[in-house]
Amino acid sequence: MSETQTTYNYKVVRQFTVMTVIWGIVGMLVGVIIAAQLVWPELNFGPWLHFGRLRPLHTNAVIFAFGGCALFATSYWCVQRTCHTRLWGGPLIPLTFWGWQIIIVLAAVTLPLGLTTGKEYAELEWPIDILVTVVWVSYAIVFFGTIAKRTVSHIYVANWFFGAMIIAVALLHLGNSCEIPVSFVKSYSCYAGAQDAMVQWWYGHNAVGFFLTAGFLGMMYYFVPKQAGRPVYSYRLSVVHFWALIFTYMWAGPHHLHYTALPDWTQSVGMIFSLILLAPSWGGMINGIMTLSGAWNKLRDDPILKFLITSLSFYGMSTFEGPMMSVKTVNALSHYTDWTVGHVHSGALGWVAMVSIGSVYYLLPRLFGKQEMYSTKLITVHFWVATIGVVLYIASMWVAGVMQGLMWRAVNADGTLAYSFVEAVKGSYPFWAIRVLGGVLFLGGMLIMAYNMFKTIAGGNTQDVPVVAAAAHHA
Amino acid sequence: MDINDLRSITTVLSMLTFLGIAWWAYSRGNKGRFEEAANLPFAEHDDEGAASSTSHPR
Repeated sequence: MSETQTTYNYKVVRQFTVMTVIWGIVGMLVGVIIAAQLVWPELNFGPWLHFGRLRPLHTNAVIFAFGGCALFATSYWCVQRTCHTRLWGGPLIPLTFWGWQIIIVLAAVTLPLGLTTGKEYAELEWPIDILVTVVWVSYAIVFFGTIAKRTVSHIYVANWFFGAMIIAVALLHLGNSCEIPVSFVKSYSCYAGAQDAMVQWWYGHNAVGFFLTAGFLGMMYYFVPKQAGRPVYSYRLSVVHFWALIFTYMWAGPHHLHYTALPDWTQSVGMIFSLILLAPSWGGMINGIMTLSGAWNKLRDDPILKFLITSLSFYGMSTFEGPMMSVKTVNALSHYTDWTVGHVHSGALGWVAMVSIGSVYYLLPRLFGKQEMYSTKLITVHFWVATIGVVLYIASMWVAGVMQGLMWRAVNADGTLAYSFVEAVKGSYPFWAIRVLGGVLFLGGMLIMAYNMFKTIAGGNTQDVPVVAAAAHHA
Repeated sequence: MDINDLRSITTVLSMLTFLGIAWWAYSRGNKGRFEEAANLPFAEHDDEGAASSTSHPR
């Protein structure tokens, strides 16, 4: 770092980028293990490593460790480069990295021990919740502090999405984690009954909407144009896309509670807002994909672009499927079946993981002073292995889910159930085995990525590059 | 006026705000500045380590 020039802070981006790949492997490995446990129940070992303990570990690891590190890395990169200034925040910056890693390790220890609030995606107990708050507020200060000292007047749309993600997740975490500690490792929710369920799914759905959607759309709005070498298809659509998401996402949560003790009108409101959500979701998807319009040939030999554009296709698919499943009559069939699991994974593997993987492949050579990744061919291999893995996963879950739904609701002429529950379990076996295969392929892709990453890092230089003054670059 | 009136008003105001944003985004006078904003990720020289042949806008 020279004294005369300010440089970008690449160190923290490097740290988060490498950990994205590492935690991705860990989280997906746990996913493969629990998928295998459903096929071979003998794999449930001891009190700490059975399905019930490992399943929340899997979801927390892939969402908050893998997805979280990807969001930190890409938002810190994007905000510096589009604001043309060094990341602001001094010691708060390393605090976000080390704090986040400590939270992940604590989750990996407490969840197998059975220390949990029992709230989905918010299982961590109260002392860890406080640590999450500290790190997240630091993240907000760093991010918005950097935006405040930007040297260009406009705040690029990707930063709006990242910023909304940071604010909304803070709000959700504080709202849903309101709990009364009874000991150092146990607390109870402030809310009770149907209200507790509603608050939980207001949180849960918006964790999907803001952590897993808005943040990754921020990635899309920066890395798709950069990798394609052309500006986003319609910036004006991106503005409308942003505000439409903000105005509607918060109200869709009740669709997780169809046909429960939640008041019927609340369920209907949730369903209607979920249907409305199709419009902004597809607006954003079209905006991303059409960025390539007139340059489709780039898709042929650029595997990073393949990852990014395929992720948008999966985003479009799962944001069509989601509103459809929120329709009460459809939900009557799909709820509690593996269809839901398939839907989640078409979003999580197809959209969130693939857009992150594409962005990490973009970042790695730039962070380590290389021209390109060690092997472009291995990126292509990764792409195909991952794509086949996702397709196997979601197709098997669709079939299993619809079959389960139909078997559970089938009744004999005298009104008794046609099938016992265990018959549906038996029928699901082959599809659960296909799911394991899909998961193994996706995990295998991540291992290829890790090899490629370490080969790229080897012998690379880790010097921060100077901040680029905003060029007067007109369209 | 009870709390439900307030809730209805909030919903209507939110809708109007959103329509206002859509109108603002697509108004002719703002076309230029949004096009400029779209080029913000490219307002830099290609010196970020990876000299890809595709990292410049048209």
